Amino acid sequence: MTWEIVIGLEVHAQLSTHTKIFSGASTAYGAEPNTQADAVSIALPGVLPVLNKGAVERAIRFGLATGAHLAPRSVFARKNYFYPDLPKGYQISQFDLPVVGNGQLTIQVEPLSGNAKPYEKVVRITRAHLEEDAGKSLHGDFHGMTGVDLNRAGTPLLEIVSEPDMCSAAEAVAYAKTLHTLVRWIGICDGNMQEGSFRCDVNVSVRRPGEPLGTRREIKNLNSFKFMQQAIDYEVQWQIDTIENGGKVQQATILFDPDSGETRMMRSKEDAHDYRYFPDPDLLPLEISAEWIEEIRANMPVLPIKRRIAFMSENEDAYKAYCIKLRQDITIAYNQVMYGLSEYDATTLVSSKELADYFEACVTVVGQENAKLCANWVMGEVSAQLNRDGLDITQSPISAQQLGSILMRIADGTISNSGAKEVFRIMWAEEGGEADAIIEARGLKQVSDSGAIEALVDEIIAANADKVAEYRSGKDKLFGFFVGLAMKASKGKANPAQLNEILKQKLAG
Amino acid sequence: MIPYYARFNKVLTIMSLSTDDVKKVARLARLAMSETEVEAAHSQLSGIFDLIAEMQAVDTTGIEPMSHAQNVTQRLREDMVTEGNQRELFQSVAPQVEAGLYLVPQVIE
Amino acid sequence: MFESSLKQLGAALRAKKISSVELTQLYLDRIAQLNPRLNAYITVNPEISLAQAKAADMRLAGGNTEALTGIPVAQKDIFCAKDWLTTCGSRMLHNFVSPYDAHVISQFNNAGAINLGKTNMDEFAMGSSNETSHYGPVKNPWDQARVPGGSSGGTAAAVAARLCAAATGTDTGGSIRQPAALCGISGLKPTYGVCSRYGMIAFASSLDQAGPMGRSAEDLALLLNTMAGFDERDSTSLRRDKEDYARDLDKPLNGLRIGLPKEFFAEGLGSDVAQSVEAAIAEYRKLGATVVEISLPNTRLSIPVYYVLAPAEASSNLSRFDGVRYGYRAPEYSDLADMYEQSRAQGFGEEVKRRIMIGTYVLSHGYYDAYYLQAQKIRRLIAQDFTEAFRQCDVIMGPTSPSTAFKLGEKGDDPVQMYLSDIYTIAVNLAGLPGMSIPCGFGANDMPVGLQIIGNYFDEARMLNVAHQYQLATDWHSRAPQAL
Repeated sequence: MTWEIVIGLEVHAQLSTHTKIFSGASTAYGAEPNTQADAVSIALPGVLPVLNKGAVERAIRFGLATGAHLAPRSVFARKNYFYPDLPKGYQISQFDLPVVGNGQLTIQVEPLSGNAKPYEKVVRITRAHLEEDAGKSLHGDFHGMTGVDLNRAGTPLLEIVSEPDMCSAAEAVAYAKTLHTLVRWIGICDGNMQEGSFRCDVNVSVRRPGEPLGTRREIKNLNSFKFMQQAIDYEVQWQIDTIENGGKVQQATILFDPDSGETRMMRSKEDAHDYRYFPDPDLLPLEISAEWIEEIRANMPVLPIKRRIAFMSENEDAYKAYCIKLRQDITIAYNQVMYGLSEYDATTLVSSKELADYFEACVTVVGQENAKLCANWVMGEVSAQLNRDGLDITQSPISAQQLGSILMRIADGTISNSGAKEVFRIMWAEEGGEADAIIEARGLKQVSDSGAIEALVDEIIAANADKVAEYRSGKDKLFGFFVGLAMKASKGKANPAQLNEILKQKLAG
Repeated sequence: MIPYYARFNKVLTIMSLSTDDVKKVARLARLAMSETEVEAAHSQLSGIFDLIAEMQAVDTTGIEPMSHAQNVTQRLREDMVTEGNQRELFQSVAPQVEAGLYLVPQVIE
Repeated sequence: MFESSLKQLGAALRAKKISSVELTQLYLDRIAQLNPRLNAYITVNPEISLAQAKAADMRLAGGNTEALTGIPVAQKDIFCAKDWLTTCGSRMLHNFVSPYDAHVISQFNNAGAINLGKTNMDEFAMGSSNETSHYGPVKNPWDQARVPGGSSGGTAAAVAARLCAAATGTDTGGSIRQPAALCGISGLKPTYGVCSRYGMIAFASSLDQAGPMGRSAEDLALLLNTMAGFDERDSTSLRRDKEDYARDLDKPLNGLRIGLPKEFFAEGLGSDVAQSVEAAIAEYRKLGATVVEISLPNTRLSIPVYYVLAPAEASSNLSRFDGVRYGYRAPEYSDLADMYEQSRAQGFGEEVKRRIMIGTYVLSHGYYDAYYLQAQKIRRLIAQDFTEAFRQCDVIMGPTSPSTAFKLGEKGDDPVQMYLSDIYTIAVNLAGLPGMSIPCGFGANDMPVGLQIIGNYFDEARMLNVAHQYQLATDWHSRAPQAL
């Protein structure tokens, strides 16, 4: 019996404003407890909310990036419940009339089973609304009591709600990752999952094909993609087992325990939720003018999906065809170049705007015809070194221009790939330097003088007559042995292509 | 003197309030109530809801709800820090604090 | 000195006939003498008041003065005032020393006025008799067996008994106008949004509005000049040009069109009140006004609408009082939920709990449309009644309250009876219009009667003109209770 999995996500993205959504207190992470809890954050009697323009602007950016409907008029409501980290006894959120509605996000799914091919999918975004974050309860050692820190209370959140369009853990993770890239790309959220800037709630249900939707359970507060994957896998299996064993899934809120790899029910609040939503009388309807939207649109970066399409396209016709396939508009940014990279390369390079920019800046130096070389280096050496040093691309000791100056020397044959790695290593360690100077100083220039290579090859042939005989009698595999000897003799500097050619010629006799 | 308000009709009471409703509401509002208090609240609230029921007979088809006294829209605040640390002052009136935190009985998730 | 107008006091201070310290001390002495009988103040703090007076005297010496510099003004205990105990009439805030100033308080401080003390009030402004205060009922200075009205009853009694030069109130459903009427003083609730609500402890946010209470319309104009003003910390505060509310005080009333809503003069209005109000209308005719009968057909619905909307907002506004960050926390509890329930049950009084219950119920699942949404729709109909009415008249007049001050305890057990006494004032808050009450005579038992004047949006200056001209022609407003 087969099962269908139905998954929808609710993502809480903390918006990267300087101040809280309804007051002028700082939102900087990591401050001493309650030092950023101003009068509004602790809900002193008599204080009132005033909406942060920066938060609204970020919501608009998100709406524009997902092709969504931007409500010309939206309303803030109060969601009433008691909890120590919710100082007012209500959360200000949007209910009936959210600021963003009906968007979509195209995702690339890398299936987990080995032989399935990657595919693209469009996930619908139901809505995205502005709301305030709660504080934090700390269960330290306070004589058996809980400590409450309200620094986070009032931090602006954009709650992004998807349709239940995903049908595997892989799709859910792909959606979450694509969204994570997007919110950073458009500069509305720092995406720091450890600090809780990007938190995912996953609704999971299962059903037999053709049947109505099953009862869903909501996995709360997943803060890593790995845990999301594990939690969904576990939960899906649990639901299937439950039903197959004759049980019924009850609607519930659950938590994932990374240590056990299992999901468990949250201690249910004693009474059923009745949030008593009503429009907040302290806040007036939010109106967003068409002019403001246009002003923001004019300052939007080219979106990752459009950059990715350009990276994969050989030419503008291919670009347009891709755009249509992925339901994107076919406009091309004025300075956008087509690179014809593989889908994998393109997807990797747009994992952040900074990485895509780095790549393109490098190509600008080395030339469009060497785009693949640049891609290989950015995704290879550069990424590996960054990883090892725990840096991100903006902190790279080697700038895109510097990398370009190294790769130029590969392209024009001055140095070999391994020579280039040597230059790279030196530049990285010294945090700078001039590629040509390093090549000169370290004598890394390739020997491209055919006379010198020929002499070297002659000597080797003379010294290894027996092996030459074996080769000539059909033992082709020995070719590598000769290459090795020749490279060694040239101290690694022989131009490999040239060396190969001369060796082949001479060995042929 | 017959008061003006004696003319209030008890039209269309949408439902009568039960003591269970009173308990549920007290729970939602986080108000401890003894059985005696529930009984008293029940009779008083029933009287008030009879008064409120007058409203139900009015035809309001097509009328837009009025949430605010003025027809104005939300003013936006520039995203600039204006509030500094006032923890000491604010916590001087708190029931129980330690290490800068407000203390409450243990929260269990 | 206690009978002087604010204008006269200001002149005396500027002419150095009296210092602010002397004036403040005179009032403090009178409070010490009479407040034990009236219970009009919850808190007096001579140290702070006199320090402010000293600063005001320096300012007066320097000549950099405003109309209220050096004048002692009492503040309703709903306004947060830094370093002042701010209780809102509740046990819940019995120990709450405010760490900040309400906008209204700052406005007075900036003008150099003296905060004379915090006046008693119905708990969280919920009440029409001042009997719901945790600090005990206020007595009406005209008859101490009677209520002063509410919720700004402490303010009304303090002004009537000359325990301050003037004072502030707040009005959600009549809480300035009704106690003003019952205590024989003048009070004005401005258009919603004219005075900032920042730092004014919220009852029903979409209805609450601060306003001045004093002995004459002229005094109210000076007070409102100080209180009003845009405040960026209140999203509902209106950005408008600064206006001088005293500018039209002296205009003659020739051609003024007064609308009398027939619904305000129907059954239920005490005949003594009706008589005084009708006499006042007759006086206005003499002053050159014309009278037109109008209709506010949805008046009777204002009570059910109000008793859905105000408790709904209140139930949410009062959720912050949970014993975690300030205010009352029950001494004993078993766990978190019990801490909330015990703290709130012990910290709030009966009327407050009742309204929280009503509000919670009408917002709860399944009832929202039938109660809350329906009430909001009828609220619009009520507002439209006024729009229609103001096509035919410049101001609307009628009684403020159906009866004069009733006896303490008389309506204690029946909340419905109490709620119904707000019939003439509530609709004004629902519409967001300005309304005022001025003394217009005495009814049964020689208790004061109030004349209500309702104006169109932002028409406060005209209303004050209308009231002032009446007060030039009559002396009801200058009568003082002799019972003290």
